[in-house]
Amino acid sequence: METAPASSWRRQNASYNLVGNKCEKCGAVYFPSRIICKNCGRESKLREHKLSGDGEVYSYTKITAPSDTFKDDAPYTIGMIKTAEGPFIEGHVVDNGKDVKIGAKVRTVLRRMYADGEEGLIHYHYKFELI
Amino acid sequence: MAGIVGYGAYVPMYRIKVEEIARIWHESADQIKNGLGVKEKSVPGRDEDAATIAAEAARRAVFYAGIDSQEIGAVYVGSESHPYAVKPTAATVAQAIGAGPNMTAADLEFACKAGTAAVQMVMGMVDSGMIKYGMAIGADTSQGKPGDALEYTASAGGAAFIIGKKDTIADIIATTSYTTDTPDFWRREGIGFPSHGGRFTGEHAYFKHTIGATKQMLEKTGMKPGDFDYAVFHQPNGKFPTNVAEMLGFKPEQIKQGLITPTIGNTYSGASMIGLAAVLDEAKPGNKILVTSFGSGAGSDSFVLDVKDGIDHKRHKARKVWEMIANKMYIDYAIYLKTRGTIKLK
Ligand SMILES: [Zn+2]
Repeated sequence: METAPASSWRRQNASYNLVGNKCEKCGAVYFPSRIICKNCGRESKLREHKLSGDGEVYSYTKITAPSDTFKDDAPYTIGMIKTAEGPFIEGHVVDNGKDVKIGAKVRTVLRRMYADGEEGLIHYHYKFELI
Repeated sequence: MAGIVGYGAYVPMYRIKVEEIARIWHESADQIKNGLGVKEKSVPGRDEDAATIAAEAARRAVFYAGIDSQEIGAVYVGSESHPYAVKPTAATVAQAIGAGPNMTAADLEFACKAGTAAVQMVMGMVDSGMIKYGMAIGADTSQGKPGDALEYTASAGGAAFIIGKKDTIADIIATTSYTTDTPDFWRREGIGFPSHGGRFTGEHAYFKHTIGATKQMLEKTGMKPGDFDYAVFHQPNGKFPTNVAEMLGFKPEQIKQGLITPTIGNTYSGASMIGLAAVLDEAKPGNKILVTSFGSGAGSDSFVLDVKDGIDHKRHKARKVWEMIANKMYIDYAIYLKTRGTIKLK
């Protein structure tokens, strides 16, 4: 997979640091960021908001037949994480020898997601680590 | 006076034992373990590199320091395994800790001592009033050619130090360096594995420079080996730092806490800095610490630290080095090759 440099660069705050946004009117937190708050509509007051990265496994699946991009990484685990702030985020779960279980606590780490071949860019992204 | 405001270390959790590497090459594991003083080494995950290791160490340092990362005016990353030949690791790390854009950053390379050179650079910037805080990182995922002696020791890890003047946990009271052009170890642009000068790497490289910088430090400060509670020397293996400590008049108890290479291998730019982090994990106010790094090519930087009261207030925020070292997963040689990208599927 080749990613246009500008496209991954635009998402950098989200992909490195889990920056989403928060509605200052009702307190709802969004990741990825939304343009309009689901609760407040036109009254939305959305501000950039960095998620702590803490959360727990809501569900997970082990990938053994991945797309070409992640072919060298199989088998690996994708988790649906319920973050401490509320939003559900899908992401890679790092293999640290611990068993993935529903309800297991996680935190985020920065890892290489994939690289565009030998000469292209390396794409860094958050992943989840079981605590 | 500039000092350490916060620090963080990171060691990947995969390990490969000397026995497992020796099995592949039909060598005697006992002979290697005795000769090098190393029993296993850390291996980075497939998705880890010097940038991710530096970023994790940097995030831990910011958490420990409890500062606003917007106040960090400089980020320097020392490594001999920067993921790109051209594109700064330091900018990725700065972004990952929420520092910048109003700051300076650059990558450094001086074999195993680029991280301590970064410490000296930010010390100068802090002391001159140019910046409030500066971050110096040493991180590597070094590689030894399969079958080469280096394969038993070349490992991965890193440490980050935030230097500032306020709320320090240890003041850096002096620094000295000793540098000459020495052909003990090198890697040309675009070449995957380093070459080394065999026997030349000991006497004329490691020992000459480590002793040169340390003796200069003892003269400058008027201190004697017995004045230090801890000493950390660069540790390409378990033997060299043990021998150099003895040659300089330090006792085994002084180097024990910071001697990590026997259990995780040589983390290159990370080595003396992770060793210092391990010492700070348990150092008490008033303790004196000597650190002397070494980088092939060749040079050494020496530092004397005076531990301050503030260390007791922040200690609970450290992810302790020896606990990290104990948290491990063993892999075999085939997984090791896959992990290091030596097996290519396309
Ligand atoms: Zn709202």
